[in-house]
Amino acid sequence: MDGSQPVAAATRTTCPYCGVGCGVLARPANGADFRDGTLIAGDPAHPANGGRLCSKGTALGETVGLEGRLLHPEVRGRRASWAAALDAVAEGFRRARAERGPEGVALYVSGQLLTEDYYAANKFAKGFLGTANIDSNSRLCMASAVAGHRRAFGEDIVPGIYEDLEQADLVVLVGSNLAWCHPVVFQRLVAAKAARPGMRVVVIDPRRTATCEGADLHLPLRPGSDVALFNALLLHLHDSGRADPAWVAANTTGLDAALAAARADAAGAAPTGLDPADLATFLDWFAATPRTVTLWSQGTNQSSAGADKVNAIINCHLLTGRIGRPGMGPFSITGQPNAMGGREVGALANMLAGHLEWDRPDEAALLRGYWGAPNLATTPGMKAVEMFRALAAGKLGALWVMATNPAVSLPEAEGVREALARAPFLVVSDCTRESDTADLAHVRLPALAWGEKSGTVTNSERVISRQRGFLPWPGDARPDWWIVAQVARRLGWGEAFAWTGPADLFREHAALTGLGRAAGPHGGGAAHRLFDISGLAALSDAGYDAMPPTRWPCPAGTGGGLAGDPLAGTVAEVAPAARAVPAGPVLPAATGTSLDGVVAVSVLAAPAASATAPRAVPLAVPLATTPGGRRAPTPRSAAAAAPTAPFGAPAAPGGGRLLAQGPARFVPTPFRAPRNATSAEYPLALLTGRVRDQWHTMTRTGLAPRLMAHIPEPFLAIHPEGAAAIPGGLAEGSLARLASRFGEGVLRVRLDPGQGRGSVFVPMHWTDRFAPRGRVNPAVNAEVDPVSGQPELKHTPVRVEPWRARWHGFLLARTRLGTDLADWTAALPVAAPPSADCVWRHELAGEDAPEAAFERLRAPLAVPGSCWLTLEDPAGGLFRAVLLREARLEAVLFLGTEPALPPREWLAGLFAAAAIDGPTRAALLAGRLADGPPPSPLVCVCNGVSVAAIEAACAKGARSVDAVGAATRAGTSCGSCRPEISRMLAAMAVPA
Amino acid sequence: MHVLVIGAGPSGTRCAERIAGHGGARVTLVGAEPALPYDRVSLSKLLLGAAPGALVTHDMPALERLGIRYLSGTAIASIDRAARAAFTAAGERLAYDRLVLATGSQAVRLPLPGAHLHGVVPYRDLADIGVMRRACRLGGPAVVIGGGLLGLEVAVALAGLGMEVTVLHAVGWPMERQLDREAGLLLTRYLESRGVRFVMPAKTAAVLGDGAAEAVLLGDGTKLPARLVVMSVGVRPEVSLARAAGLPVNRGILVDDAMRTEDPAVYAVGECAEHRGAVCGLVAPAFAQAEAAAAAIRGEAAAYVPRTDAAALKVSGVSVWSAGEIAATDAESIVRRDEGLGHYRRLLLRDGRLVGAVLYGDTADAGLYFDLIISGRPVSAFRGALALGGAFLPGNGMADDLKDAA
Repeated sequence: MDGSQPVAAATRTTCPYCGVGCGVLARPANGADFRDGTLIAGDPAHPANGGRLCSKGTALGETVGLEGRLLHPEVRGRRASWAAALDAVAEGFRRARAERGPEGVALYVSGQLLTEDYYAANKFAKGFLGTANIDSNSRLCMASAVAGHRRAFGEDIVPGIYEDLEQADLVVLVGSNLAWCHPVVFQRLVAAKAARPGMRVVVIDPRRTATCEGADLHLPLRPGSDVALFNALLLHLHDSGRADPAWVAANTTGLDAALAAARADAAGAAPTGLDPADLATFLDWFAATPRTVTLWSQGTNQSSAGADKVNAIINCHLLTGRIGRPGMGPFSITGQPNAMGGREVGALANMLAGHLEWDRPDEAALLRGYWGAPNLATTPGMKAVEMFRALAAGKLGALWVMATNPAVSLPEAEGVREALARAPFLVVSDCTRESDTADLAHVRLPALAWGEKSGTVTNSERVISRQRGFLPWPGDARPDWWIVAQVARRLGWGEAFAWTGPADLFREHAALTGLGRAAGPHGGGAAHRLFDISGLAALSDAGYDAMPPTRWPCPAGTGGGLAGDPLAGTVAEVAPAARAVPAGPVLPAATGTSLDGVVAVSVLAAPAASATAPRAVPLAVPLATTPGGRRAPTPRSAAAAAPTAPFGAPAAPGGGRLLAQGPARFVPTPFRAPRNATSAEYPLALLTGRVRDQWHTMTRTGLAPRLMAHIPEPFLAIHPEGAAAIPGGLAEGSLARLASRFGEGVLRVRLDPGQGRGSVFVPMHWTDRFAPRGRVNPAVNAEVDPVSGQPELKHTPVRVEPWRARWHGFLLARTRLGTDLADWTAALPVAAPPSADCVWRHELAGEDAPEAAFERLRAPLAVPGSCWLTLEDPAGGLFRAVLLREARLEAVLFLGTEPALPPREWLAGLFAAAAIDGPTRAALLAGRLADGPPPSPLVCVCNGVSVAAIEAACAKGARSVDAVGAATRAGTSCGSCRPEISRMLAAMAVPA
Repeated sequence: MHVLVIGAGPSGTRCAERIAGHGGARVTLVGAEPALPYDRVSLSKLLLGAAPGALVTHDMPALERLGIRYLSGTAIASIDRAARAAFTAAGERLAYDRLVLATGSQAVRLPLPGAHLHGVVPYRDLADIGVMRRACRLGGPAVVIGGGLLGLEVAVALAGLGMEVTVLHAVGWPMERQLDREAGLLLTRYLESRGVRFVMPAKTAAVLGDGAAEAVLLGDGTKLPARLVVMSVGVRPEVSLARAAGLPVNRGILVDDAMRTEDPAVYAVGECAEHRGAVCGLVAPAFAQAEAAAAAIRGEAAAYVPRTDAAALKVSGVSVWSAGEIAATDAESIVRRDEGLGHYRRLLLRDGRLVGAVLYGDTADAGLYFDLIISGRPVSAFRGALALGGAFLPGNGMADDLKDAA
């Protein structure tokens, strides 16, 4: 673009997907307003991503349409005014609470909520409804990490920052498909390793995932055996003299018990099933590498021993003193955009607020007073799985679900769905109307979506970033916090919910984190909480609007400079005053005081000492306005120049990291096998998880055709030998029935040599809206970790058998035709509305006669003036039909008795053609032109590069991912597909 | 050696042509019609106004060059096999060393009341065309009895000449020997758009009229006005000469693989011959028989091998083609349709082989299917692409469809 052209101001906001928390710049496509679409780019100034985005983030602009949105309140299926709907909610909760007491109502909320919304919901539940029955879908995601942190550090602390991954000499990824689930952090890691080839990466995962591409070692341990591995590591480190006895003595307690527990496991590392040589390599590498980061994610957390896994990992870092220093430490990465924010406001059933704890009565009292909430819940409430069991048992009279889809996402989901269907009073507030849970609600409340709402989120490295609205509020949709406040007002608690906007909420939340500080370190446990953002409590509305990414802690006296900065536009800037705040200690340097088992933790600014005090330094590089009106990233000062400049003294290499400096606690972690063992009847372990381009239950990513292109259907990955061992065999592309004691699903078979022989993997994304039989959570056991309450989503004993469909097929049409078209249906957009050439693809399979299905499926498609092209071979089991109207494609239906059918891409592309020409018409029933190359699936969704194009580039001599990128542009945008390209190159490599 | 060929239709003429001049053979070709040999298959062109000479296949100079003595307008009354001579109606004796009977067939005239009335004609020869053209000059309603290929051809021609034409057909759809029901109904719809009415199935009871045809009475009592009634209800092999000569005759004159009758000096070819129980009705096998007989007479080893019938028809602008078993009830069908273009094809398979095909509207792949039918090649490997046509079969860029079929 010519520099003289005016460029519309970008809104600086934060991605709503994973816990990496990437900065996003949103611009109107037409340069003026957002009516013609939204251009999305990575924010070069954000410390998390430095301008990168993954495939999901890049496609955000495709997901901000109003398709499928809930735009008006509905009461019992009918559109209602806000007043009527809010009255209904208030009355429902009032009655349930009157009939059953505070324990008879509950809220189930979401890591998708903004911190302010989360705060409002938590205050409403714990403070005023008087129940701690508020839990979050974060329970499914990182509750075990929280539990592990609290046991080890006395507080939910992530000690490290992303930079540690880049500075480490050994990065151990445990139960994390970082390449697909946190692609931008993975790309940072890949770049660091490329720059420093001596750096090693070890992946510990039952599956050989995309993350393993380029790793130095993959340890395919048996599902659920992590504790045995890390206990073995603990003993190895100890026995080989790698412990740091002085540090351990000064900073920890409980080592002996932890060692004893590890030694008591007679089997040692045997439960992992690892090759002894690989195991030895790992132990040696870990022992020999001081700068080691162990990063874990859901593969660790989603376990009946999740908290123990986390502590087993932390134990190894405590033993070696490798924590809170550059390039070292245990690192939990979260799955959700604001799981961390939810933890901070305490919107989980076993937390209070602002890291205050029930078991420290003075803290509960502080909160009771601060909120003016005499009815503050006095005990923890029900965690997610428990909550829905209570609902099923008739113990809850009212349930409010916000921004999540438990009918799909919880284990034993069929029971959850039934419980929701029978709930006496179910409220759903969500931005989407199209969720399996919303379908069951008595009252539906339209919430704002990403791009509309405004607030803050916290990412996995404790950086608080603003999500800013740039789109108008559609229909009657309102912010979640407003909805909560309106209901609270109707229940008589208006004064406590009288916020004027998210800034108001944020100030209240920030101030809360400073409660009890004045008492000093010996005045009460509250003083020792590391989570402190009271330095932000005095932000003006304008200062809040402009707040740059800010890492906590940010205690009073450090961040006040952020306040009172009225800045134009939406671009965050920080007043010079922010950096002018005099440095002052947050806590006394020596805080190693333990009060009745309370573990004190303090900020460590430098590895060896805490004398250098942290202060608030904005993490973002502000955008400067050039004379031409164009905003470009310009460092404001040396201190702010580095996008990754950590919180704390920028010059200090350890800045921003938190160290358990008072006695951190070793936790004994005797190995426990997964709760339900495999058996002859259910011989395989089911692991569930994410795929690269999908997010949760697809309510957002399911709107973006290019995100559906990578993996269009729910699948089951199984090792080829495992598939061959199943009676009847499982062929690639066929359908398989997966059954556990709890439920079942039917999924497309993918033979994957990277899959462990004793386990299968199924993605957890698909819902009734996209593929009812492809929902996996009905089959997943609802066993939970006894400490964290997190369900064991990574180990359910299952049986897999062929699902003998009588026919397979696909149906392309200009509208979504539903998911009840056939016994097995998976629907996905190929080109989505508002495109005039909107196409929905329906993958189908049926147990009925193919002839009958063919007629049944065709019947509703014909419209006046249309004509069919058909091909029918009943004995050969082949049925194809194409519907044309005035030479435009209206529908395509292909059925066959075998799963293999012609590729859909060419046919789907023809829907955009104004008129189908003669040769094309003759080829429609073939599914491709007679002389055309077969269409090929996309690998790089950002740049639309197919498998065939990459193979062609390889054939012309491209031998590296970068060479492929230079030839095809594949992998040059978000980089999420680079592991796949690397794997393709490896597979194509011909021995010389 | 003198070879006498009785019948100057396509097969007789072809036979004469192939013998004349070989090994000093002399050939006499005798035709009953007072005309040069002409292309009977194209009679409808004459109806539509083509010059009478346009259909002639061999003019006199050409026959002379070939060394054929041609006697037109000459009806043969009898054959004396013992004397190896034939006698014309006028009593002329034509001696032969070898005799070829190519007497063709007679149009069937339904034994209906009123079948003798003026304006009731078959559709077989030049004289019939003359009657029709005269009727067309007056215009008015016409009825064509019989919805076979010829009946439809004449119906479309008459409609094109301004007649109000109704086709009566005993079966539910026309051309049932070449077309399956769906193709027949597609053809019906198309011809209706060209002004031809159909009554199917219809049973004709009588032709009504006083001297000249005025109406056709149907079995259900319906009366259809008709100044012209064309009977196109099939043909019957013309075997009267052979039978009178004492040759074995069933439906046709019985012949062996060399097209020889029981009498080694006498051959029969074309529609009058019955080979292995079959009487042919199309020009291609008739030519093949003529070739076989000519070779045998020339002293070469020759055998007529019946080929699967293929009917490539052009009915008033619509291409229709069929071959093989099109009504086999034990066969599997693959059907492809394009409603918009009015294209249709049905392929019939048995034991993994193509045994029949009906193509309507688009006959470009006729050669492919004919080849598959007569070769009996297995098609299972590319069954999924078979109905898509040659461009999509293996070797033509459609290799992946093998997977579909596998």
